[in-house]
Amino acid sequence: MSIHERSWPSEGLTRIPYWIYSDRDLYAEEQARIFRGDAWTFLCLEAELPRPNTFRVSNLGDMSVVVTRDRDGVIHAFENRCAHRGSLLCLKERGEAREIVCVYHNWTYDLAGKLTGVAFRRGVGGKGGMPADCRPDQHGPRQLRVETFAGLVFGTVGAGAVPVERYLGPEIAAKIRRVMKAPVKLLGGYSQILPGNWKLYMENVKDSYHASLLHMFFTTFRLNRLSQKGGLVVSEGGGNHISYSMSADVAGKEYEQAGMRSAQAGYGLEAPELLNNIDEFGDGIGIQILSVFPGFVLQQIRNSLAVRRVVPQGLEKTELVWTCFGYEADDEAMTELRLRQANLIGPSGFISMEDGAATGFVQRGIRGAGDEESVVEMGGSGTSSEESRVSEAAVRGFWKAYRGYMGM
Amino acid sequence: MLRMPRNDKEMMMDIERQLAVLDLNARYVEAIDEGRFEDWPDFFLDDGKYRITTAENVEQNLPLSLIYATSRAMLRDRVKALREANIYEAQRYRHILGPARIESADDGMLRVRTSFLVARIMHTGETALFATGSYRDRIVLSAAGSRFAEKTVILDSRQIDTLLAIPL
Repeated sequence: MSIHERSWPSEGLTRIPYWIYSDRDLYAEEQARIFRGDAWTFLCLEAELPRPNTFRVSNLGDMSVVVTRDRDGVIHAFENRCAHRGSLLCLKERGEAREIVCVYHNWTYDLAGKLTGVAFRRGVGGKGGMPADCRPDQHGPRQLRVETFAGLVFGTVGAGAVPVERYLGPEIAAKIRRVMKAPVKLLGGYSQILPGNWKLYMENVKDSYHASLLHMFFTTFRLNRLSQKGGLVVSEGGGNHISYSMSADVAGKEYEQAGMRSAQAGYGLEAPELLNNIDEFGDGIGIQILSVFPGFVLQQIRNSLAVRRVVPQGLEKTELVWTCFGYEADDEAMTELRLRQANLIGPSGFISMEDGAATGFVQRGIRGAGDEESVVEMGGSGTSSEESRVSEAAVRGFWKAYRGYMGM
Repeated sequence: MLRMPRNDKEMMMDIERQLAVLDLNARYVEAIDEGRFEDWPDFFLDDGKYRITTAENVEQNLPLSLIYATSRAMLRDRVKALREANIYEAQRYRHILGPARIESADDGMLRVRTSFLVARIMHTGETALFATGSYRDRIVLSAAGSRFAEKTVILDSRQIDTLLAIPL
């Protein structure tokens, strides 16, 4: 159904209509209005372009993008599409290159994405070739505006996008700087194919209410209980958030009283060294989950640091790309600590394996419920920051931002 | 390096060694495919290592794993979490293994490579090719029971469909 025929439930942000995850026309509109609109998309870590003349393929929504560092060290990003017939330019995920050559007809680009050569442009032996007045460079790949912030590379094609730091807002910017405090060393990555609409994953990330309820490992080992001190920060526009909790547990019997299986006694780890951690930020914050609209997540779970990119791959399919890192200054023992704690995260993570599946549970659950809506009233109806994480304020914030971009 | 047998007796020893590895591999995947996860840690030495990574990480010389355990106790914790804490839809695996190739044999420690292919069968009946890759193992053969000193699972693809709960 056309976006113009859709209207948001009258209750406002406390109701999310289920057609929002299952409308094909809407998916295309999102790509245009959000991902190729004025939003900023996280493309990669600067550390993924370690030297001059390197590239990395990334995405702006479902549009493939090449991110490069040219010979002078300047970072560029452009659409991964040849000016000629639209073929992908880069067929490798990452690598080194002085120029980018389209394999189809050998058209050549510099690392800024500028067309520098057309094979047989003047023909062969005076015959064939392109008319002199043809301007193939006018059909070149779209150039992204690129800004780096604290080692993160963001890109946009929106003419109206505000500078990244303003887009993030002061609180989010500060908490990005907190994690990206030193030069980064890559530890590796993997990706997850999520069987659900991309927005379901972003809601999951912003939903601090679910963390200790769906992820029983968390609760059992007191890694994150909602009785722990912490808080929820939602940016002014609603689209960016931070959920954090302190390492120390504050007594609270709500879990035991609710009779939850996870809080039952006698559940311990044989090898608890998995949970060893160091307060490397010196502020006692054990977990900080930060998201930036539309699809970026920065994670600090104890000493496990990672960025996640949410890449829509169709209405009901999303790729979640994880890149884990430490700092260049880490010694061997610190790296080992991070690698061990990586057991907590990712598709096999003790505290995160459920998230991908949860998006699928909703996607499958709502197949016959396009006209129904979900109830998002934990913490009231607002989108402001608060101390309690028994709140869906950041989820409502996401929809506030979403509706703004979509004009809904 | 693996040395060619010098006589019939050594030839027979090599065949027996090969059969012992095949038997260990077969019993290992059978335990997982039959859902006997509690038996899984016992295929490893006490200080046995187990990890799952991707070919992409290996090619880039990056150390990250999806699962990383450095003791049988950590493997038992993983099983306990799978049974009691983690939530995932009911599912089974079916491993199909390629021939095990013994790369080297030193002081009773074998280096072995085996290709695998794993289908995942969901409770809904949906069957899909879930993972392919290579086991890079260090195996200690013993009359009392052969075990893995180390098992590195290298996935050919960096993509995992939804989640990887049950070990490979």
